[in-house]
Amino acid sequence: MASLISAAAPPGTIIEMTGIRKVYDTGKVKVEALKGIDLSVSRGEFVAVVGPSGSGKSTLMNLLGCLDTPTEGVYRIGGETVAGLTRDRLADVRNRRVGFVFQAFNLLPQISAFENVEMPLVFGGVPVKRRRERAAEVLERVGLGDRMDHKPTELSGGQMQRVAIARALAMDPDIVLADEPTGNLDTTSGSDIMGIFLDLAAQGRTLVVITHDLALARRAGRIVEIRDGKIVRDVPAAEAA
Amino acid sequence: MNARVIFRLFLQSARLAGKRAVLTIAAIAWGTVAIVLLLAFGEGLRLQLDKNRRSMGENIAVIWPGETTKPWKGIPPGRSIRVTADDVPYIAERMPELSAVIGEVTSWRTNLTYGKKTVNGRVIGTNVVYGEVRKHYPKEGGRFLVPTDETERRRVVFLGDELAADVFGKEDPVGKTLLVNNNAFTVVGVMQKKIQMGMYGGPDAGHAVIPITTFKALFGRDRLNVFVIQVAKPEEMPAALKHLGEVLGPKLGFDPTDERVFGTWDTVKSSKTMGNMLIGIQIFLGIIGALTLLIGGVGVANIMYAVVKERTREIGVKMALGARASWISGPFVLEGLVYTLVGGMAGLALSILIVTALGFVPTAGNKALEFMGKPTLSLPIGIATAGILGAVGLLAGYFPARRAAAIDPATTLRYE
Ligand SMILES: Nc1ncnc2c1ncn2[C@@H]1O[C@H](COP(=O)(O)OP(=O)(O)O)[C@@H](O)[C@H]1O
Ligand SMILES: [Mg+2]
Repeated sequence: MASLISAAAPPGTIIEMTGIRKVYDTGKVKVEALKGIDLSVSRGEFVAVVGPSGSGKSTLMNLLGCLDTPTEGVYRIGGETVAGLTRDRLADVRNRRVGFVFQAFNLLPQISAFENVEMPLVFGGVPVKRRRERAAEVLERVGLGDRMDHKPTELSGGQMQRVAIARALAMDPDIVLADEPTGNLDTTSGSDIMGIFLDLAAQGRTLVVITHDLALARRAGRIVEIRDGKIVRDVPAAEAA
Repeated sequence: MNARVIFRLFLQSARLAGKRAVLTIAAIAWGTVAIVLLLAFGEGLRLQLDKNRRSMGENIAVIWPGETTKPWKGIPPGRSIRVTADDVPYIAERMPELSAVIGEVTSWRTNLTYGKKTVNGRVIGTNVVYGEVRKHYPKEGGRFLVPTDETERRRVVFLGDELAADVFGKEDPVGKTLLVNNNAFTVVGVMQKKIQMGMYGGPDAGHAVIPITTFKALFGRDRLNVFVIQVAKPEEMPAALKHLGEVLGPKLGFDPTDERVFGTWDTVKSSKTMGNMLIGIQIFLGIIGALTLLIGGVGVANIMYAVVKERTREIGVKMALGARASWISGPFVLEGLVYTLVGGMAGLALSILIVTALGFVPTAGNKALEFMGKPTLSLPIGIATAGILGAVGLLAGYFPARRAAAIDPATTLRYE
């Protein structure tokens, strides 16, 4: 659990993708969602991924988060080659190295915000005492210290997404992946959430955020644009028009 | 760590199950009641039939003298063999391994008269040990024949209970005088009622028993219609029957290897057959019960399949957060087991209640119920039920759990 406690990790490359292809075989048709992606992300970077709907952004995020495996290509996360890992090892990688934030929040509805945040810590085998402290700590950080015992249904969309961010941070992952985190939120809650991401980036957290929100994208350090399964632009945000 | 995570996840998900859990548990409880009652019924039947069977006598063989089928010392086959009352002590002396030998002479249609009432009955002349061997236990206030009855050729008679009721009606026969073909006999005892399964000649309840010596004096014959040998342990019977031929052959003039001289009813052998048949019945009842329980198990599995389907997204989320496959499937297996075990316990408790209640239902007077016995619980039934429950529970949890573990998080979490 050393990674959980150490706040600052040594600099270096966290994500390294070379020649990644992903083909969905639905039986009748094969959809090539990614057509050769080369991407590397260094520690502390804030990357915004943009592109039209259906271009392969979510597919890319699933591969980055080890939720799925590429059809072709080499993927390394934190120096570890993902290809050939067992299902359980992949689960461990997701648990330790990756924090997910989804457009649809994906909180477990029957348990409290606190228990939702505890969940990855349970999977990570964090002892009870440390687990409670940590869950409370990250919930405080997203400004929900006073809502910990609420069920997701008792929270607003923005609050739910903040719980999800707290959950993603719980295991102190190498990288936080967010797939259109503001897509389901009204403008005010959306900019709230954006604010949290910017704070996290300022604290040196490595972030990959898929977004339609150009305002947010422009405040990221780097913009990666995907079209039709390929990276068509990869530039520092300052250069983006 | 694995077990703790699984248990924690189980507690979190189980508290939602509520009404469905109750229904499932009820189905399992019902299946358990079915299997336990069927097995208990089979067990009761087994015990009762065993008792019924033993009521004729234990470890005995009934032997009818017949004709030779092999030549012997120049005499051609087909000679009729006479066994008389005197051969009984002869056999007893030479076959110390027997625990008893008895001879029987029968007078079939004999007038038995008390007061104005005359009944046609069967009279058996036999040895005193007959009482023990053939389980003719006296009702209170009476006795069976005693050795001096035999040595002194006393005119005493022991009556089967139904015959006694026939002749004496409601009167107590003991001490009264019964005319046997117009010869006065004193009734010394009446047989306790018993349910008899095997019989030869007729049911014990319907005959009268007198000393074999008295019989000879009265009817002028002592050629045995049948004789009975008893061994201490069932496994000794084949050797004893073989030895019997060797003992009687030279004396009565037949080839000791001539097995068909006697008609033999080896009750040890036939009880083994019946035991096997009863085990067969038990297994059959067990299978029916197990199938009923299995249906309950399928119900559990079905509900859990529905739960898996309903929670697909939730499972996907957990996988995204780093849950291993076994942490996803573990709670489902545990849930299946818990439902099954709780249902099983409830069913078992209910069965015990029912079996106990049935124990109070009177069966006396109803011949069929008397013959079948009462449902009885036993340790093997408990073990068998627990085993089947455990297997059903595991299977009920296993298949849905496998489906849950096979969920692909990427597909599940796709947001359109
Ligand atoms: N599980 C899947 N099975 C089949 N096709 C898929 C699957 N997931 C995505 N696709 C297809 O892959 C392409 C890229 O999808 P996606 O990565 O979701 O794009 P985006 O997130 O940029 O909208 C689309 O054509 C989509 O229909
Ligand atoms: Mg998408």
